[in-house]
Amino acid sequence: MGSLPDSVEVMIGKPLYRQMGSFEVERGYIYTSCSSVENANPLFWDDEVAKSLTGGLVAPPTMLSVWFRPHHWSPDQSEPQLPLQVHFDLKDKLGLPEAVMTSNTMTFYEPVRPGDRLTTEQVLRSVSEEKVTKLGTGRFWVIEVVYENQRGELVGVESYTGFGYSRASNSGGAR
Amino acid sequence: MSFESRVLGDTQVGDELDELVYLVTPTTVVLGALASRDYRPMHHDKDFAVNRNGVRDIFLNTPNQAAWFERYVTDWTGPAGRLGRMTFQMKGSVFPGDSMVFSGSVTSVEVDEVGCGWVTLAVTLTVGDEIKTTCEVKVALGVDDRDNPWERRGERWKP
Repeated sequence: MGSLPDSVEVMIGKPLYRQMGSFEVERGYIYTSCSSVENANPLFWDDEVAKSLTGGLVAPPTMLSVWFRPHHWSPDQSEPQLPLQVHFDLKDKLGLPEAVMTSNTMTFYEPVRPGDRLTTEQVLRSVSEEKVTKLGTGRFWVIEVVYENQRGELVGVESYTGFGYSRASNSGGAR
Repeated sequence: MSFESRVLGDTQVGDELDELVYLVTPTTVVLGALASRDYRPMHHDKDFAVNRNGVRDIFLNTPNQAAWFERYVTDWTGPAGRLGRMTFQMKGSVFPGDSMVFSGSVTSVEVDEVGCGWVTLAVTLTVGDEIKTTCEVKVALGVDDRDNPWERRGERWKP
């Protein structure tokens, strides 16, 4: 209780889990995403419009994190991988079995285009003192996920605020 | 060109966006989860959602909600509208059977120091009288017919 463990303290401000996307940004997933929300924006469906406005096809900006979620299975991984690993590291290191994301800010820079190979890293910005909320007792943390393209250009930053906690009744629950 | 886009002069603080109403089905939730490559069971397995999460059904995941907000905003701006920044606050889950209502209003209209036109929108996703998610969106519009936000790079793009 009280102060942060050293193993969490050393994570703060340090780029972690630098990782290249396992495949190139591709049109099939852009269609799947647009289809799931019935997004008819011609930027994603009409090559001529995309060419005239954006100099070629682009991906919906909000798909940033989609390019990094691991496949549910692949031959070279034995355990299911978790996106936003820092979030799960914090739950483990702080012994907080439950966690929710309370807010999420995405900032968009260079457009992401089919054929791009993106790289990401995660930076833990802060961990709060212990707080008591209606969910339980725990800590808030802020994690930034930074995305670059293959030319080293910044394409986006996601900032997540998470709250890891123990329930008063300690009856298990979701990750 | 076969599309129209809003420019900055078309809008002012207090303008309301047309509502978007959409009836969520289990397919909406599962399709949205798979489209965002989110395979966690509470977005496709009702038994898990009910018995592990203690909620009444599977529910929409956050990245897919982001895609819904993007669609809602760019339906209004047209394709020249370019998202700069989105901030969400999740307040409650959206389940199959819910009728999602997206609504929004313009909270600021400005031109920044590099000449980029920005509109800030306060967007909410409600079900019945319950606010499920609020989203503040900063989106760039052309300052006139000749200005295209998508051509801005580097120092000329400050989202």
